[in-house]
Amino acid sequence: MTPDAAPLAEPAGETPPASVSALQGTSIGDRIYRALTVAFAVFIPILLALIAFEVVAAAWPALQRFGFGFLTTSSWDPQRELFGAAPMIYGTVVSSVLALLLATPLALGVALFLTEFSPRWLRQPVSFLVDLLAAIPSVVYGLWGIFVLLPILRESVMPFLANTLGLGNTPFFAGPAYGNSMLAASVILAIMILPYISAVSREVLMAVPRSQREAALAMGATKWEMIRDAVVPYARSGILGGVILGLGRALGETMAVTMLIGNRHEISASLFAPGYTLASVIANEFAEATNEIHTSALMACGAVLLVVTLVVNSIARWLVWSVARESTR
Amino acid sequence: MRQHALSLMFLGVTVASCDGGRPSVLNGAGATFPYPIYSKWFLDYADATGVRINYQSIGSGGGIKQFSDGVVDFGATDGPMSDEEMARTKYGEVLHFPTVLGADVVVYNLPSIDTPLRLTGQALAEIFLGRIRRWNDPRLAALNPALSMPDEDILVVHRSDGSGTTYIFTDYLNTASSAWTIAAGGPGRGKEVAWPVGIGGKGNEGVSGQVKQTPGSIGYVELAYAKQNNLQVAHIRNAAGEYVEAAAASITAAAEGAIDAMGADTDYRISIVNAPGASSYPIASFTWILVYRTPPDAARGRVVQDFLRWMYSTGQQSAAALDYAPLPPALAQRLTDRLAQIQLTGSQ
Repeated sequence: MTPDAAPLAEPAGETPPASVSALQGTSIGDRIYRALTVAFAVFIPILLALIAFEVVAAAWPALQRFGFGFLTTSSWDPQRELFGAAPMIYGTVVSSVLALLLATPLALGVALFLTEFSPRWLRQPVSFLVDLLAAIPSVVYGLWGIFVLLPILRESVMPFLANTLGLGNTPFFAGPAYGNSMLAASVILAIMILPYISAVSREVLMAVPRSQREAALAMGATKWEMIRDAVVPYARSGILGGVILGLGRALGETMAVTMLIGNRHEISASLFAPGYTLASVIANEFAEATNEIHTSALMACGAVLLVVTLVVNSIARWLVWSVARESTR
Repeated sequence: MRQHALSLMFLGVTVASCDGGRPSVLNGAGATFPYPIYSKWFLDYADATGVRINYQSIGSGGGIKQFSDGVVDFGATDGPMSDEEMARTKYGEVLHFPTVLGADVVVYNLPSIDTPLRLTGQALAEIFLGRIRRWNDPRLAALNPALSMPDEDILVVHRSDGSGTTYIFTDYLNTASSAWTIAAGGPGRGKEVAWPVGIGGKGNEGVSGQVKQTPGSIGYVELAYAKQNNLQVAHIRNAAGEYVEAAAASITAAAEGAIDAMGADTDYRISIVNAPGASSYPIASFTWILVYRTPPDAARGRVVQDFLRWMYSTGQQSAAALDYAPLPPALAQRLTDRLAQIQLTGSQ
C-alpha cells in the first residue's frame, strides 16, 4: 500500500514528517482504526465458533446415544426415541444440487441476455424484476408453491415426464405423482436462488473488458463465438462464485421447502416421492419437542447441517479454485 | 390523547411489575390450537376488567416449558403434562383447568362422493397404517354400502410439525385400534409420531390445503379449518355405534359422556376420545390452562383465578361462534368450585 500511496503524497510539496508517519500507520487514530477492523474481522469467526460449540454441545446427548448411526439410519420415531438423519442429509444435498442444475443455465442465460443482447432500455427493468425475486419472503414462495406450482407439477409436468417422455420406467421418475416431492422442492429452490446467481453473473460479465470482446470480434468471431471463447471464460470464476452463493442459500432454505417437499423420513430414488431436509425437520419439530433426546436430536440435525454446508462449500470452492487456476494457465 | 393512553399503558406495565396492588398485565404462553378463542377471551376480559393478558401461542411444548420455569403466570397446553413433567416444575404442584373443547375432523377429497363418508376408528387406523390403500377396499365399502367407492389410491396427509391436533388424533386411533399401539408395533400416540405412510403438511393450513387440492387424499384437521376450506368431512362411528358429525353439540356431548367416568378427585388430565353416549363425537379433547396450586405471586395468582372464574361463566358463551365447543354447564360449575384449590395466602 505504501509504495502506491507515497507518490500521491509527494505532489503536496514539503510534506511534514507527521503525515508520512500517518501513512506508515503509527498515529493514534490509525492504530485505533486498525484495532477496530481487526476486532470486527475476528468477531465473526469467534461468533461462528461459539454457535458451532453451542449446537454441538446441545446435540451431544443424541450424538453419544446414536453415534455414527445417526448419519446412516432413517427411522425418526419420537415415541420410541429413535432418531436417524440419513433421509434429511440426502434430501438436503439432492434438493440443493438439483436446484443448482435447474437454476444455473437459466440464470446464466438471463445474465448473458442482459449484458450482451438486450437493448439498453430493457436492461434496467428486466434486471430489476429478476433481483426482485430475491426480495420475496420464503413463506410466500411456499404458498405460491402449494397453490400454483404443485397443481402444475401434478397435472402437467409429472405426467409429461413419466408418460410422454417415458421416464416413468426409470427409478428416478417412478411412483404416483402427488405434487409434494423432491422435484417440487428443487423447482422452488431453483427459482429462489436464480436472482443470486444471475445478479453476480451479470456484474461479472459486465466487468469483462471491452477490449476482450473487440479482440475476439476483430479476429472474425461471430457473436456466439465471442461469448463462448472470450467473455465467459474470462468471467468463469466469478460466475462460479455466484453459483456457490446460490448453493449456500439452497442448503439452508427452510420454509418454502418444508411446505413443498412432503416431509417424509424416507430415502427414495424417485424425484416424485416426498423427502425431507435438515432445516425442515428443525422448523417442523422444534417448537413441540419437549423431551431431552428429541431436542438433542434436532440440534444434532443442526450440527450436521453445519457440516454439510461446510463440506459442500469447500468442494465448490475447490472447484472454483481449480477452474481459476486452469484459466490463468 | 393517544399519547396519554400510551403512557398510561406503560404505567400499567410498571405497576404490574411491582409487588402488591392489583397487577394489570398478565403473561401466558402455550397452545396454538385454542389461540383464536383465547385471544377473544383476553380482549373481552380486558374490556370488562381492565386487566390485559399477553398470550404467546408458541405451542404446547413451549408453554409447558415456560410455565415450568416460572416465566409466565399461566401455561396452556393441548396435551396434559406427564407425571414426569409435573415433577420438574419450579413452583411445585400444577393444576390443570380444562377451558374449552376442540375436535379433529377427518377430511377427504373425493369429488364423486356427495354424501358424507362413514368411517370407524378401526378403518381410520388401517388407512393411516397403510393397510387400506385404495378407496374401494371392501372394508371401506362395507361401511358405506350406499356409496360407490372410487377405484383410486388413498393419499394420506398428516401433520409434519409436532402438534396437539396430532396428539388428539393419535390418542383416538390408539384407543380405537389395538394395531396402532406401541405394544403392537404401531406408531403410538403423541404430538408427533412415525407415520408409516403419507406425506406431511405443515400446520392445519398445510394439511387442509393439500387435501383440498389432491383428489383421493385424506387427512385430519381442526374443525374450524375444515369449515373455512369447505372440505368434505367424514362421519365417525362413536363408542355407542352411531355415526356422528363433528359439531359444537356433539363435542360437548363427548365431555358430558366423560363426566360420569370422572371421580370427584380427578385432576382433569383426562382423555375424552371415544367417549360414551349416543351423540358423542369421538375425536374430541379438552385444552388446558396450567396454574400452580400455590402461585409464587399471590396477587397475580388471584387475577388468574378471577380470569378463570369469568371464563367459566361469561367466556364459555363465545366459544361456539369460533367453532369451539363450550364445556357442559355442570362441568363448568365443578371447575369454578375447583378454583378455590388455588392457594393465595401462603405466598408473599
